[in-house]
Amino acid sequence: MAFTKRPDGRKFDEMREMKAKVGVVPRADGSALFAFGDTIAIASVYGPKPLHPQHLQDPEKGVLRVNYDMISFSVNERKRPGPSRRGQEISKVTEWALAPALKIDNFQNTVVDVHIVILQANASTRCAGINAAALALAHAGVPMKELVSAVSIGKVDDKIVIDLIKEEEDYKEGEGSTDIPLAFLSESGKITLLQLDGKAQTKKLKEIIEAGKKACEKVYELQKKTLKEVKGE
Amino acid sequence: MISKQEKEEKNEKEKREIVVPGEIIVSGEDYLPGEWTEREGKNIIASRFGLADKSGRLVKIIPLSGIYIPRKGNVVIGKVLDITFNGWIIDTNAPYQSFLSIMECSKFVNKNDLSECYSIGDMIAVKVLSVKRKGIDLTAKGRNLGKLEGGIIIHINSNKVPRVIGKEGSMINLIKKESNCDITVGQNGIIWIRGNKIENELFAKKAILFVTEKSFIEGLTEKTKEWLEKNKKSKEEK
Repeated sequence: MAFTKRPDGRKFDEMREMKAKVGVVPRADGSALFAFGDTIAIASVYGPKPLHPQHLQDPEKGVLRVNYDMISFSVNERKRPGPSRRGQEISKVTEWALAPALKIDNFQNTVVDVHIVILQANASTRCAGINAAALALAHAGVPMKELVSAVSIGKVDDKIVIDLIKEEEDYKEGEGSTDIPLAFLSESGKITLLQLDGKAQTKKLKEIIEAGKKACEKVYELQKKTLKEVKGE
Repeated sequence: MISKQEKEEKNEKEKREIVVPGEIIVSGEDYLPGEWTEREGKNIIASRFGLADKSGRLVKIIPLSGIYIPRKGNVVIGKVLDITFNGWIIDTNAPYQSFLSIMECSKFVNKNDLSECYSIGDMIAVKVLSVKRKGIDLTAKGRNLGKLEGGIIIHINSNKVPRVIGKEGSMINLIKKESNCDITVGQNGIIWIRGNKIENELFAKKAILFVTEKSFIEGLTEKTKEWLEKNKKSKEEK
């Protein structure tokens, strides 16, 4: 049976309801929450501050350090707390997705720490994490060129589907399921993250990127709106 | 007359608007990019989150949040972190390490025992001499600078410090007078309050927190005056 209907009844190009909030962690220099439906990410930003251990310091520019972690109760089967191979990979990938948007070259020998915590997971956690981190970085007053918006596009069977949920990610019939997280610089539209595990035809991939760009515009609208609602606190 | 004033106030409000990084604040050749903004072709682009302020031709961004970025001449309050052979290392909440040299101490120092002057954990008021690539140099020479003894320390968002001080110190002088306390406001958001009674210190703390909470309201000094009088009475009744 071909994939004709999404399990939660959404249209193929419909995103889950997004939620965003800024300033959720009072002790952090900047913080934000971002949710795609059931997937909730909280990002907190500290710094720029002196970087220790010293051998990690860069005398030419500031360093961005991202730490991504899922809380043990965020998934159906308990996740062993602490760093994992998957967590390390996502931390690194998120770092690369965010770094081009930052302008911390003038903060030599310092670090900007970003901690992303996934409270609840239902696929595309790294995208929610990137969106939350971009908001938190802006909220922390870190100099930035622009914001970063991310969304995950999937190919389920032969259909292009926006903002996957776990059930769709695990779809096995037909061509199977492919999850492609994408991150764009919000104003210039450059791609900072594109991962693909699975299969997609070259022609389809182009369509997927176009769909991602369109979806990210919606994410950016929400990010902008959230930041504009901050009132001097 | 009143309508004219209102109009002016309205203009004032229109001048300031929250911008996000990457957003175009204004386009055209008429404007000049100021602090935290950049020119890209015809447009002036925000490079951090904050309030965009257009005063005359200059466009700049007033930060709303974030860490303290040191400037030359700022008076800050810091904590002594470590003692070296020729000075002290101070934590001033800035992104770089701060150093107070023995030469810049306000009194005579015994070179063999620097802790006689300032020991680890002491809070001191200092002035920023220079901001270099690798750190900040401080001085403790000057009026009201040096070790802070007694009193309490509170932390606020460093971007709210101008509101707490007010125009030419109007706000802080008001709070000082009403609470009968000695207050030193560091530009880095650390405030030292000392009064003769702990009640007065707590009252001053409350007043400062009131100002930081209401920092976006216009005519804040008047509001604070009302608040102070109201709360002072209730305090005395107790």
